[in-house]
Amino acid sequence: MRESATNPSGVTGKDYKMTTATKTATLANTNILTITFVALLGATMVFLAGHAQSAALHDAAHDVRHSSGFPCH
Amino acid sequence: MLTKLLASALFAGFAAGLIAVALQFAFVQPILLEAELYESGHVEHFSAPEARAHDHNTSAETTGETTDPAAENATDHDHASHDHSARPKSGIDFKRDGLSVLFSVFTFVGFALIMVAGFAIAQSRDITITIRSGLYWGLAGFVAVQLAPAFGLGMDLPGNAAADLGERQIWWAATVVLTALGLWLVAFGKGIWPYAIAIALIALPHMFGAPHPDGFNGPAPPELSSLFATRSLGVSIVAWVSLGLFAAWFWTQEDT
Repeated sequence: MRESATNPSGVTGKDYKMTTATKTATLANTNILTITFVALLGATMVFLAGHAQSAALHDAAHDVRHSSGFPCH
Repeated sequence: MLTKLLASALFAGFAAGLIAVALQFAFVQPILLEAELYESGHVEHFSAPEARAHDHNTSAETTGETTDPAAENATDHDHASHDHSARPKSGIDFKRDGLSVLFSVFTFVGFALIMVAGFAIAQSRDITITIRSGLYWGLAGFVAVQLAPAFGLGMDLPGNAAADLGERQIWWAATVVLTALGLWLVAFGKGIWPYAIAIALIALPHMFGAPHPDGFNGPAPPELSSLFATRSLGVSIVAWVSLGLFAAWFWTQEDT
């Protein structure tokens, strides 16, 4: 899908090798960002369900917290 | 990539969360509810079984806490003879148990998101994810998130004495992260050094020591607490292995 995008750097066929390398690097960076985002999203959800001390959250998640070993109260 | 990560995590987390909460209702919840009777002082640790049933009935009547017919009929109902005493108000508390279902799924989707992020990192290092390896991912998750913290803190039954909550939460989080890193090194490290570092990482929180209360004076009986600890670890290992298997299965499906 990325191949179809116009080349923003305007590099021509001569520098094809370099362009490929740049593209790979960009793709890898996007993946790292995506993976980090997903991991942080997961960590936030675990924190909210397991650790956040708002009274409403605590009461709602109480039984799950105890059963899954989170320090509860 | 994002779609694959989110889809695998949602499906796997949902499935594992439902398994976890079903097992929780069957094996852990009765112990929790019984412990709460001690925690709230409805039942005392050293009172006789008849006195326990009696205590509970009178307190329900005098405080007017409940209008549940099951509890009102409780006087001609011998609580001491079976474990209904663990669930004094009604068979199913829809709000409370519904929230447990919701939060179990929510928690496991959170764990699943972290696990599939791990899959993606592993795959970028040419490590193949198979359904079978999902089993190991699940076991590793269990060790990092359940067993290692429980090794230091014990399981937190309502009515157990415990140290300051904030300190325990910090210790819990640090232990989970260090153990997960250590297990990653054990699984994917090359040579002898990763093992050495892994042992150090996994041991560190336990050498440092988990926060403990000054004295053990919680009202929950030790028998109940012990059963609770083994049961909840047992339920957790099933849930985590399911999570690993489901996550790996959905992950490999998305490849095709």
